Amino acid sequence: MVQDLPYLRETASQTAGPYVHIGLAPGAAGFHTFETELGQALAPAGVAGPRVTIEGCVYDGLGAPVKDILIEVWQADPQGIYPHPEDPRFAQCTAGFRGWGRVISDFDSGQFCFETLRPGAVAGRAGRMQAPHLNLWLVSRGINIGLNTRMYFPEDQDAHATDPVLASIEQRARAATLIAVATGPDSYRFDIHLQGAAETVFIDI
Amino acid sequence: MKPAEFYMRDRSLQPPALHPGYKTSLPRSPRHALLTLQQTVSEITGPTFGHGDIDALDNDLTLNFAHGGLPVGERILLSGRVLDENNRPVPNTLVEIWQANASGRYRHKKDAYLGALDPNFGGCGRTLTDAEGRYVFRTIKPGPYPWLNYVNSWRPAHIHVSVFGTSFSQRLITQLYFEGDPLIPKCPIVQTIPDPDAIQQLIAALDLNSAVPMDCLAYKFDIVLRGRRSTLFENRLEGN
Ligand SMILES: [Fe+3]
Repeated sequence: MVQDLPYLRETASQTAGPYVHIGLAPGAAGFHTFETELGQALAPAGVAGPRVTIEGCVYDGLGAPVKDILIEVWQADPQGIYPHPEDPRFAQCTAGFRGWGRVISDFDSGQFCFETLRPGAVAGRAGRMQAPHLNLWLVSRGINIGLNTRMYFPEDQDAHATDPVLASIEQRARAATLIAVATGPDSYRFDIHLQGAAETVFIDI
Repeated sequence: MKPAEFYMRDRSLQPPALHPGYKTSLPRSPRHALLTLQQTVSEITGPTFGHGDIDALDNDLTLNFAHGGLPVGERILLSGRVLDENNRPVPNTLVEIWQANASGRYRHKKDAYLGALDPNFGGCGRTLTDAEGRYVFRTIKPGPYPWLNYVNSWRPAHIHVSVFGTSFSQRLITQLYFEGDPLIPKCPIVQTIPDPDAIQQLIAALDLNSAVPMDCLAYKFDIVLRGRRSTLFENRLEGN
């Protein structure tokens, strides 16, 4: 057909299943194959910058902890620079910072906890700034296609008012589902609800 | 240069969050519509990996957990390309796989299936694609295994596959199946995908020409990630 468009079709997603750890965090599955597991530390020792600790839990529609969740984090450094060549300021990114890590929950409690650098604000579209945030991607058994969301920091209220993502949430009350709660100096709690009255805003990126 | 966005994901090819036939998706699926976002630098960037991240044997599952012997089962080469929707190769991207052994048993502290563990098989591998987007693994064909979705549900033989691409918005986890497996059309997880051609795209093809005589059979599995627009500045009259 002459007018056939030449595009391929994106491969369909399938659930990561209950044993996702074998592939992405084999130490947690109970064995060791690789010299280094990838994504174990967002801010390895020696990487300079202000550190924050984030704990939380992912809950299902019945309020039960999702004990086999795997979350990937992608974030900018404290100056708001992504460690990726397409960030215009890539060359000035914090040395040794990869901006990426994997977080898994405790198999018994479902709680997760990780340390990272506090990200800076990053440029949005048309020069509009985005408040500091972590980009999160959730996979597990029962999740057919990875869920994207963001975590913002509670002290950045002014920046939240103009953040293009938070501002585009039509049901204003739901914006709060993307904002962590301070639990101490430089420590936060961020719970994610897959469903229910407190359902987290998930984003079609 | 303005950052270029990725094509909108074609949701008609993708499984919906909620598919009642796959029971665990009921409590784990959001009920509200996803928030529509026009991509920013947060979405068009993503983690990068290099050869310093992996070791030579990481893509050979027949050797990377061997404890004095070889794993049992059908030896296979699994190879293919990572492409984008524009049919361009995705070079230097991380591909990770994990799977059950030939008995259908996972080496995971939570798997209690009575199929035997294989002392020489771990079940995970990883590699980087080359300049043409090609990847290759050597492994054992996994066995099917039972799971309690319905009382007698069996997963077709499958390998879990994780791919990055160049941006966080291309991140993908899927499963590959094997040509000719009669369990594929009966699987509730396969059936979460609404489009028959999209299911077909998850079935690796027997590739006898790539088989290594007296060593292993071969299957081909290409992976397609989201494609990307050109920026205005990149547009050329002869096309992209
Ligand atoms: Fe599986």
